[in-house]
Amino acid sequence: MPSSSGDAASRFPRSDGGAPKAPFELVVAEHGPRVLAICRSRLDAADVDDAWSETFLAALSAWPDLPPDLDVAAWLATVARRKCTDVHRARVRRRTDPVPELPEVPTQGAEAEDEGLWRHVARLPTKQRQVITYRYLGGLSHARIAGLVGGTEAASRRAASDGLKALREKEIR
Amino acid sequence: MNHLNDLHADLVERAVAADLLDVAYRVLDSPLGPLLVAATGAGVVRVAFALEDHDAVLADLADRVSPRVLRAPARLDATAHALADYLEGRSQRVEVPVDLRLLSGYRREVVGALPAIGYGSTTTYAELAAATGRPRAVRAVGSACANNPVPVVLPCHRVLRSDGSEGGYRGGPEAKRQLLALEATPFAPA
Repeated sequence: MPSSSGDAASRFPRSDGGAPKAPFELVVAEHGPRVLAICRSRLDAADVDDAWSETFLAALSAWPDLPPDLDVAAWLATVARRKCTDVHRARVRRRTDPVPELPEVPTQGAEAEDEGLWRHVARLPTKQRQVITYRYLGGLSHARIAGLVGGTEAASRRAASDGLKALREKEIR
Repeated sequence: MNHLNDLHADLVERAVAADLLDVAYRVLDSPLGPLLVAATGAGVVRVAFALEDHDAVLADLADRVSPRVLRAPARLDATAHALADYLEGRSQRVEVPVDLRLLSGYRREVVGALPAIGYGSTTTYAELAAATGRPRAVRAVGSACANNPVPVVLPCHRVLRSDGSEGGYRGGPEAKRQLLALEATPFAPA
């Protein structure tokens, strides 16, 4: 588990599994500043607020259904990066003048409206759920995921494939 | 930090618009100390004294109502004013919508009967048991009052022991005494 920044962390239940979900306010309080830093590092000043709000709105929507052992800091950073890309693309579509640089594009194109999927993901076996979350929401490599959840890269690949198969059987996608 | 406050306020607005805010709360300064007030879309669901540990109360609400909890002061303006008017002697009722979803069965019935006890008057656990049609349920009435999720708003402080002593109170005996003293002084609306 990568360490998250320590501010206000003492009030937030760590990923010890099965614990009830913390009030979302604590998530905003603990992670708000870091998400703001991510948005600032990726967007023009005019777009930062929008990306920050979109990030926490998506997180608020998914919050009750997320796996209890999710690394919230890593997950939020991923959502923030995706929202930055969305906001940036929307801005580019709206204007005609060229932009100096393009933001980094997530390796996997999870769509903005897929949050409902996490209801079903939450019911997968632990390993599949973790791998799916890191891989398809986080866009992490299987090597990195193996480092986070333990086991080998091949095992991570297998768990992701099994998890996706299970989701497909539920006709999710 | 001001910027984060603005972002937070904007998030609350967007959450309300998207119907994603299940529990809004704020903390009021009151003559009884800091009061946490939490509301769902249906009404005030919880009033908590500092004694109860506000963090623990929020965690309990996240668990029992929804973890979609945000500090949203503006959503509770009307409730804050109604409470302040009552606590500062300007009104005799805290007239706000109440959500009793944290209670079920007989407890809900007992707490629902509390507004019938008028300002400045008191009743006993035994009388309230009789009034709810269960004269023998005195202990159940006691525990219903002790678990009133919205003290002050629904006046469980007006229920005393049959021997005239005060009985317990969620906000501690001093808070109960203070409320009874408030109601014992002649009422003079501003």
